[in-house]
Amino acid sequence: MTPTLSGRIQTRIVALVVVGGLWTLIIGPLLPRPAGSSLSDMYAALYTALIVVVVLGIVWELLYHVLQQFRWEKDWPTMFGLLVAIPEGIAAYLLLDAGLPWDQRMVADGSASFPLAAFLIMFTTTWLLVWAVVNGPMQLFFLRWRFRGGRYDDRW
Amino acid sequence: MSISDALLQRSSWNDDELATDGVEVVDAPFATVGGGLGSFAMVDMLRVAGVDTEHIAVLGALESPSSTYEYLAGNSQIPPQERLRSDSGSVMDNVWGWPGYALREAVSERTLRPAWQALTEPILTEYYTPRAGQVYASVAREAQRIGWSSMLRPGVVRTVRRRTGGGYFVLHTPAGQAEPSAGRPVRRVAYRCRHVHVAVGYPGVKLLPDLQVYREQHQDWARVVNAYEPHDHVYEECRRRRCTVVVRGAGIVASRVLQRIIDDRDAHGAQTRIVHLFRSYPDGPQGDRITFRRPARKGWSYQAFNYPKAAWGGQLRDRLDRLEGPERAALIDEMGGTNTAPRRDWQDQLERGEREGFYRQLLGTVSVVEPTGDAAGVRTTVRAPEGDPITFDADFIVDATGLEADIEEHRVLADLLRYGGARKNPKGRLDVERDFVVRGTESGDGRLYASGSITLGGYYAGVDSFLGLQYASLRIADSLASQGFGTRIGPVRSVTQWWRWARNLPA
Repeated sequence: MTPTLSGRIQTRIVALVVVGGLWTLIIGPLLPRPAGSSLSDMYAALYTALIVVVVLGIVWELLYHVLQQFRWEKDWPTMFGLLVAIPEGIAAYLLLDAGLPWDQRMVADGSASFPLAAFLIMFTTTWLLVWAVVNGPMQLFFLRWRFRGGRYDDRW
Repeated sequence: MSISDALLQRSSWNDDELATDGVEVVDAPFATVGGGLGSFAMVDMLRVAGVDTEHIAVLGALESPSSTYEYLAGNSQIPPQERLRSDSGSVMDNVWGWPGYALREAVSERTLRPAWQALTEPILTEYYTPRAGQVYASVAREAQRIGWSSMLRPGVVRTVRRRTGGGYFVLHTPAGQAEPSAGRPVRRVAYRCRHVHVAVGYPGVKLLPDLQVYREQHQDWARVVNAYEPHDHVYEECRRRRCTVVVRGAGIVASRVLQRIIDDRDAHGAQTRIVHLFRSYPDGPQGDRITFRRPARKGWSYQAFNYPKAAWGGQLRDRLDRLEGPERAALIDEMGGTNTAPRRDWQDQLERGEREGFYRQLLGTVSVVEPTGDAAGVRTTVRAPEGDPITFDADFIVDATGLEADIEEHRVLADLLRYGGARKNPKGRLDVERDFVVRGTESGDGRLYASGSITLGGYYAGVDSFLGLQYASLRIADSLASQGFGTRIGPVRSVTQWWRWARNLPA
């Protein structure tokens, strides 16, 4: 991919909200829940996680854009799109487990924490799905997207 | 009837004049001139945009859209089983770019290797590039799907002229006719079009000036060759006897030629010695900014493709899009220029050649090329940057410096510059707008577009590439749609058309 800064941000938002939003809806009921928490608690926690990955992601994208400037090709190799999931996942979890941006921790064994197992499954599967869509099928819907550095707006 | 000279001197024609001259007039709302991959990319996009085959005329002399490309690639030592220098996602037969060549190769050959390479490029592996044969086969399939042969009008285009009242006439000599012979006039057809697209590619090959002088003076077409001309006799002779070959140039074609010579040494016991002559010798990163620096080593500038990837659709495309005139030409030169792909196998071959003494590099400016005393070879005299002039003899000189030629050498383009209102851009090619309209050629509600190498120097650098041809086609299709010709391809049409592509159903 050869994203521009605004293309990065637009793609992050569109792909995570649409693909990630639908996927979260689908897998919500299948994820392990701490005893005593309801499905709606779970959805609240998962969508909070999604919002964190989107919003925090915009900050990450600024960093990636800076790093990209040191590449002659001004591209973002496919593999980077996978690797960055590791720091992003850790950062998002730490934030959620600290009760931010609003407390979605669940009580299990007497201590409150953000459900790690559910987060790991949801985050990993969502990331892989979004990555796969962005690296191919996205172009089937938006023919001009790849030429515009990942932007969806109508400007050429 | 032949068209009258009086008419040929006029910059616009009207319907009556053509009738008076007895020229057959055929209506075609859209015509593309060329019939090669540029025309193919254009027509493919228009068919996806819902334009009927009856509204498109393809005017060209080629058997299949990839004929010229195959010919030039073959001459420059890329047979169908070898790999091109092109990205997996620059899929000539698929306007969406997905699935790319890597994924398709992985599926058809039941191997994960290409997919793994595309996944890890360029960090763990070199950039994936498709085999030439895969490109040709898939273009043939897509040509069939979009009804290419029903739109093709084989023949040669002579000229494109404005039509009084709007649109254009494209004067065409249908194939199968020689020039005027005893009593039989050449049949000419004038296509009456609203819009015209010109994608005629390179007007020809161009030799380095000193080699051109040698050829003309000594009428020797065998010892001094351009790498894009048929020159297999060079390799054949090198296998028969010990020869010395001078290779001029340091681009992708020079890499191919060197590979061929060294492969022949390895596989067939050829004893060929190579003198590689450089005009400039980059040896260390090029560029004065840490954020814009290209690796270079031992005379070669390295990058994966002919421009940085983002020139096709990222930051660099946007940057170039905002520049005008000489600044634009300068950025194109900075991003492009002479360069080759950083392939490990090529670098290994040359290092081995230096060690074993069959590959020698020389830097300098050629002062003269002449026959050797016994007329059995060619002698080159080079002015080196320091020291005395160097003279060396060789059996062959291969000019691998490229395909550049003056656009005025092409009849249709020369005519457009003279009568059609077209102008040259800062790089001496056709001056086009961002949507590839040729500036100065508007005719009423009709537009004249151009794409491919003839537009280099415009707002897009990678015009002479698969993806660049598709980019131009999409820009042109959007421009046409805004004038009511075809539909602007939105998400729904895009997906449904892709689904038809995937099932190989007619567009």
